[in-house]
Amino acid sequence: MKKCRLFILFMFCASLAMAQDVTQLIKKVKTKLELVDNYEATGVMKTDIAFIKAPIGKIKIYFKKPNLFKIKKEGGISLLPKGGLSVNLSSLIASSNYTTIDAGVQDIGDKKLRVVKLLPNEETSDVVISTLYINEKESLIEKAITTTKENGTYTMLMNYGAYSNYGLPDKVVFEFNTKNYKLPKGITLEFEDESKPLSAAQQLKNKKGRVEISYKNYSVNKGIPAAIFN
Amino acid sequence: MSSVIQVQGLTKKFGHHFTAVNDLSFSVNKGDVYGFLGQNGAGKSTTIRMLLSLITPTSGSIEIFGMPLQANRAAIMQNVGAVIEKPAMYEYLTAYQNLKIFSALSGVSKTRVQLLNELDVVGLAARAHDLVRTFSQGMKQRLAIAMAMVNDPQLILLDEPTNGLDPQGIADIRNLILQLSRVQGKTVLVSSHLLSEIEQVATRLIIIDKGCKLVEGDSKDLFDKSKTVVAIQTLNNIEATKQLMQTSWASHVLVDRSSYKEICMQLDEKLLPTLHKNLVEMGIGVLSVKPMHSLEDYFLRITSTPSYV
Amino acid sequence: MFSLVQVELYKIFKRPRTYIAFGAVAALIGIIQFGLKLDGKSYIDFMMNDLSSSLEIDGKILNGYLVCYVMLQLLLVHVPLLIALIAADMISGEANMGTLRLLLIKPYSRTTLLLAKFIAAIIYTLMLLVWLAILALFGSMLLFGTDDMFLLKTSYVVLLKESDVFWRYIGAFGFAALAMTTVASLGFFLSVFAENSIGPIVATMSVIVFFTILSTLNIPIFNAIKPYLFTTHMIGWKEFFDIKVNGSNEAIIGSIQNPEKIIKASIVLVAHTIGFFVATLLVFRKKDILS
Repeated sequence: MKKCRLFILFMFCASLAMAQDVTQLIKKVKTKLELVDNYEATGVMKTDIAFIKAPIGKIKIYFKKPNLFKIKKEGGISLLPKGGLSVNLSSLIASSNYTTIDAGVQDIGDKKLRVVKLLPNEETSDVVISTLYINEKESLIEKAITTTKENGTYTMLMNYGAYSNYGLPDKVVFEFNTKNYKLPKGITLEFEDESKPLSAAQQLKNKKGRVEISYKNYSVNKGIPAAIFN
Repeated sequence: MSSVIQVQGLTKKFGHHFTAVNDLSFSVNKGDVYGFLGQNGAGKSTTIRMLLSLITPTSGSIEIFGMPLQANRAAIMQNVGAVIEKPAMYEYLTAYQNLKIFSALSGVSKTRVQLLNELDVVGLAARAHDLVRTFSQGMKQRLAIAMAMVNDPQLILLDEPTNGLDPQGIADIRNLILQLSRVQGKTVLVSSHLLSEIEQVATRLIIIDKGCKLVEGDSKDLFDKSKTVVAIQTLNNIEATKQLMQTSWASHVLVDRSSYKEICMQLDEKLLPTLHKNLVEMGIGVLSVKPMHSLEDYFLRITSTPSYV
Repeated sequence: MFSLVQVELYKIFKRPRTYIAFGAVAALIGIIQFGLKLDGKSYIDFMMNDLSSSLEIDGKILNGYLVCYVMLQLLLVHVPLLIALIAADMISGEANMGTLRLLLIKPYSRTTLLLAKFIAAIIYTLMLLVWLAILALFGSMLLFGTDDMFLLKTSYVVLLKESDVFWRYIGAFGFAALAMTTVASLGFFLSVFAENSIGPIVATMSVIVFFTILSTLNIPIFNAIKPYLFTTHMIGWKEFFDIKVNGSNEAIIGSIQNPEKIIKASIVLVAHTIGFFVATLLVFRKKDILS
């Protein structure tokens, strides 16, 4: 019994120590991200949602501290997971009003990544929990799983390249849950039974929705008029 | 005289029970004004429509201009004009537009002046650009005639052209027919249910009843005042008709064939006793012999009695 | 032949009735455009209701291309009535006026005359569609501008690039022309049997409504006959607005999901058109003209 108590105490201390460690890590990540006040980038967006057939689109991405974020498709229509993209990396950890929990180290691909859970302290926050997978060496978030009250859970996967110094990814993949889509035939005026629907989309039916953005040509801290975000 | 229309054994049945035209034969010669007489429903319109290939005969043959109608329809119709029953035209078009359409359809391209001139001939020049909808019956009839004449046809078929016209209109039509025939040398076939109308214009005529020919001949003969029509009832009308038709003195034997109820024949009044004698000699039991004075009396009688089937 | 067609067209376009159809199309399109211009946003919100709970849709959804699609969806169901108004009157109307007998004693064969009338009815149909295209497509493009086309289908959504839309409309209108020609030939066929125009017009519409209901009903017993009903294929123009996707669910620009459906539907429609015309010819050639 006593042994047991001791063990628990030990564990608690250990976790405390580690928590301090991850707080440091988050700070490092944050510092890196804070190098960027604003950026503008071009990119290519690919929407892969089972019930959506969309072509690859060229986009422009705008960001301004603390949490202004905008994707513009030039002269076109863009489909984004709701709320998903607006909760970008910076805004995730911009405030410090959260509790961090160290969830150990996990291998993802050939990388060992530190898993950190962020729990907002505010009851009103839309984010319930974020799990960050951080490359400790580079201070880069490689994966983030965020659960929100309103918009469900989504996953972001980041690949870094030339702008890793700023913590800006070359490629981001969002994965999110989509509700089943169905419109009554009365509205769409389709008579025929979709007995054999889209082959490719059918295979993806049970998958999550994915939006893939490949960034190109970042222009960092060159200033962006606020009007763009309206 | 060459025949313009030659009809042989023409029969038209509608369905299995109704025979509109029954074994009809007649011929129309060039230059004739051929009267086609019969009460309403006698089969006049059906016959005229068969002559125009609007109705396909059940049996029999029609030759026009010496050519079989079915095989030479287009060539024949190039030279035929017709007004069939009540005048028909596009009421939402003007008189001029109607005439223009039918001139184009007839394959003759006429200038505006020519068309207006033709409207002038029928007295419609002043109303050339008014919608036909606003026309009176008589004006429509005159336009219909102008439309029938637009291709300058050699043969003109007029089906009841005076229907619904006032006395002046009737007189106009009569004059027109006479002019077409005598001045322009055209062949006209005109039908009517009124003997008085036919009497004044026809050179030859046929009377039909219930689809059958009653009599055909020159008007001069048929309207000869010295002749009378007698109605004979015998015990065997069919046999009597056959025998009477072989005699030389009976100019015309009219038989009400739909019932064989009586035999009518036209003959010189002086020959009445000879008729009696002959019938007795033939061994035919005579029930009655009733003189009726004129073809008109006879015609009135068949057109006034209700049809019996 | 050419002059016969000319005369038929002359008659069609001299009638006030003809312009009812053109006026009706203009009025309907005008009303829809006006409504969407004023309150299009709430219409789009309504359509997007389901989708916008999980997706953020950004861009000018309500553009000319979509407006035209919406209108075609609404209108192409009713255009048959306007086609029937003229096509089902082509023979019966003349019989009613008595002019049919005048036409038939002209030196043309009945086949030639019928063909001329049929061609005239088709030209009218095509002109009505061109009119529809001018107002619905070009009018909406002018009023609402152009952009990508965002289409909601029963079980999926299609996003077409702006540059990938216009040719689809050409195809769709071409197909609609085929479908409406079938309607015209049906009306034409029915008009042989009557001596007034109301009968065949109502009959044509009844047949189309009846068949459309059969096509729409999802009752297994009717499903077997659906492929043979021409009404099932009349909406085939929509196939032009469905796009193929590759293995990674990425739309292939310039592709059509089911081109074979369009081909099949076209064959069914053309077969019906020819069938109706041949039937008309067979009946009409033997018909006694009593009107």
